[in-house]
Amino acid sequence: MAIDTKKCVGCSDCVVACQTENNVPIGFCRDWVTETVDGTYPNVSIELRTERCNHCDNSPCVRCCPTGASHFEDGGIVLVTHGECIGCGACIQSCPYEARYSHPDGYVDKCTFCIHRVRRGEKPACVSVCPTNCMYFGDLEDPNSEIVNVLKNRKFKTLAPEAGTKPQIFYLV
Amino acid sequence: MKTRRDFIKISALGLGATAVAGGITKMVFGSDAKKMFIEPDDSAQQLKRYPTYCEVCFWKCAGWAYVNEEGIVTKITGNDDDPQCNGRLCSRGTGGVGMVNDPDRLKKPLIRDIKDGKQTYREAGWEEALDYVASKMKDIAAKHGPESMALFYHGSSGHYFSHLLNAYGSTNTAAPSFAQCRGPRDVGLEATFGESISSPEVTDIRDTRCLVLIGSHIGENMHNGQVQEMSSAIDKGATIITVDPRLSTAASKAKYWLPIKPSTDIALLLAWINVLINENIYNKEYVAANATGFDQLKQHVAAFTPEWAYGITTIEPEKIRATAREMAAAAPAVIIHPGRHVTWYGDDVQRTRAIGILNALLGSWGNRGGFFYKEGFKLPEFPHPEYPKPAWNWHETLEGRYPLANMAVTTTIMEASIPKEGRDKNIKGWIVSGTNLPMTIPNKELFKKAVQSLDLLVVVDTMPMEITGYADVVLPECTYLERYDDIRDTAHREVTLALRMPAVEPMYETKPAWWMAKQIGDRLGLGAYFNYKDFKDVLEWQLKQAGMSLDEMQKIGVKKLPRTKPVYAADGVPMEFKTDSGKIELYSKKLEEAGFDPMPVYTPHPEPQEGYYRLIYGRAPMHTFSRTSNNANLVALMPENAIWVNPQVAGIWGLKKGQYVWLKNQDGVISTFPAKVRLTERIRWDSVYIVHGFGHSYEKLKNAYGRGVNDTELITNVAIDPIMGGTGMRGNFVTFLTEDPGKEAKA
Repeated sequence: MAIDTKKCVGCSDCVVACQTENNVPIGFCRDWVTETVDGTYPNVSIELRTERCNHCDNSPCVRCCPTGASHFEDGGIVLVTHGECIGCGACIQSCPYEARYSHPDGYVDKCTFCIHRVRRGEKPACVSVCPTNCMYFGDLEDPNSEIVNVLKNRKFKTLAPEAGTKPQIFYLV
Repeated sequence: MKTRRDFIKISALGLGATAVAGGITKMVFGSDAKKMFIEPDDSAQQLKRYPTYCEVCFWKCAGWAYVNEEGIVTKITGNDDDPQCNGRLCSRGTGGVGMVNDPDRLKKPLIRDIKDGKQTYREAGWEEALDYVASKMKDIAAKHGPESMALFYHGSSGHYFSHLLNAYGSTNTAAPSFAQCRGPRDVGLEATFGESISSPEVTDIRDTRCLVLIGSHIGENMHNGQVQEMSSAIDKGATIITVDPRLSTAASKAKYWLPIKPSTDIALLLAWINVLINENIYNKEYVAANATGFDQLKQHVAAFTPEWAYGITTIEPEKIRATAREMAAAAPAVIIHPGRHVTWYGDDVQRTRAIGILNALLGSWGNRGGFFYKEGFKLPEFPHPEYPKPAWNWHETLEGRYPLANMAVTTTIMEASIPKEGRDKNIKGWIVSGTNLPMTIPNKELFKKAVQSLDLLVVVDTMPMEITGYADVVLPECTYLERYDDIRDTAHREVTLALRMPAVEPMYETKPAWWMAKQIGDRLGLGAYFNYKDFKDVLEWQLKQAGMSLDEMQKIGVKKLPRTKPVYAADGVPMEFKTDSGKIELYSKKLEEAGFDPMPVYTPHPEPQEGYYRLIYGRAPMHTFSRTSNNANLVALMPENAIWVNPQVAGIWGLKKGQYVWLKNQDGVISTFPAKVRLTERIRWDSVYIVHGFGHSYEKLKNAYGRGVNDTELITNVAIDPIMGGTGMRGNFVTFLTEDPGKEAKA
């Protein structure tokens, strides 16, 4: 996934769309928006950014899960099998992005990239709803995909690269 | 480990979302939270969808409401065929589920009653409530004439009640969207181009090369189509210029941000006009062909140089020149956006005139990337007898003021509700539909006095808002997801019709507004005006007349129709304007004849005294006015407003991030509730900023009560626009109170 910080207006539509698509209980969320402000008035700039699980290639959450509930699905999406999760919270501790939460039903929950939608050929709910079209979702291994094309032509960054997790969400700056 | 689960992690905002959001879970779902959880894959198969168009704001995006097997609306998505949203609703539209599922909704009709010597509401059946309203309306008509009933409205339901009042004999129907919002814009543009830019606006942002925003914060005001088009313009490399005392979200995306001193916009606009003319970079051909009054304008602005404006606006002359040149280079694909909520300083028509003149000099009106020609398709009106001619109308309430007001002015209808010696044209009863007047109309004293003078106040709403507390009768309306309404037929770039149908049956004992209006009409002997059983019959009839069908609309939600007229002015075809001269009026004879400046002039406005800061208010993308502040899905995103304070100012006052403070205005009015301080470099030193719509004082709004500062109660200095009666609301100054003033008073 790639997210264009030059277009995001921080409206949080992605948060509500995720919630209503995935029945995330109110008070919890799988994605959220951050704002950072730099400089002093009037030489000031801001960056708005929607964040979620980075579906890291080198995922500490998958590594530390004692039951195997946290796992890689085919294609690289990191998922939690709710039935296998004992809610120990080790993964919550290990995630440098604070992307996971304890669901009131006793398991750990987080972004699935809306895999149920992706399997139907749709985009994740957050990507589909964004009024600014600031999110790109697709196959990073397909050289002809829109996302590869975007990443070829724009500067981008990842979050907390120093954690060595190889995050798979790229922020266009 | 940090505990995370702030709902929206806007770090600099410092929202205490963790605690707040946790509380909401209990309120909404209680112990049923577990039952609500359905695996997405399963739910996808169970959901049925119904077409609707959104009513959370006025943009009215078309979408689909998804309902699960238990009959609960679980999600709402945009309709791909709707050019107003392109399949993408905004946060509020997506969060519309929180409106229908709000446990605090009005559930039964209420009638004001006296119990143990105290005024209270008692629940009533529909028959009794409607009989009560009809009998009071009959009394008013008999005693004072039907003209003494007025309507205040916002949104789709207003139409049914204006139809009711028109049939009954009154045309005193007023919307705050005129005198409290976009009226000055519309009047200013009509005086210039002969027409305004409608809603949704005819701004061709998608194809513009230069977008100039003056106080308009697209992205924070979540006018969906405009936000989408601004994003697309960013993709295409358009230049964005923003003029704002605050680094708005749009300003943060802009090539130029002009951090103007508040209230000086007209000086900047005049200097821009001066540069275009002096540097000879205006669109000469366009102006020669289409405009009148250029020579007078040239003479008028000769002295308004960038150097002159610098002293007023604090914007450097070179920046004024550079931005004017950017506009000229992009012309005619340039938009100086006339904004929407423009009731600021009382000379708002004139500011819009300056914006109109600037657009005219650049030739953007009628051109790609500027302002396009809208087109819509009107369905035939359902037949009804002719309306009676009222003996008087809202013009009388102007009492000779506001000569260019072309819609009813809310505040003069209120004035006419307060008896005055020697005046026989008085308002005695109100129907208020979908507008929370106490948080909309500045000058609370006027509102309160007017309300106290009424014989009848009927409030129609989905939620117990402040206005419902003043009502004699409260009629609980079902939400937009539970009813049929008029077909959406707004004119825009593409011609479309959109259907709203019930996704679920009305919850509790709520009813659609069309039903209420019909029931009251029947009781008043006006049945001939409501000659249908169900509003569905009306839609079926209307669509059939136009060769369409309700069945088809139920399947597609949005129907696109072909355009019959061009979107832009064609080469070689003379442009037509609906002004008196048939041309764009740079010099307005109409204004001159009415006793106003024919061309805009800059007038200085009051400035804050030491220790006071200008109160600027605006919008957040996840809320609409004061109407969404109880919606659990949206409260989770933004539970309360914060007071934006420049860190230097905070240093003087010793204010800390997240500290709750009260605001006191220049007239000594103190906010009922406090709000958190947000320290941010995004705001000037001479101003504070809050998002409008918070600080509800009605306890029945469990999520919204007491959260944040209500800007409207601090707006006691109102600068009336003498041209059309708009209520300028940006001339109020506030200071901080760090101790609870309530405690002080008690001590």
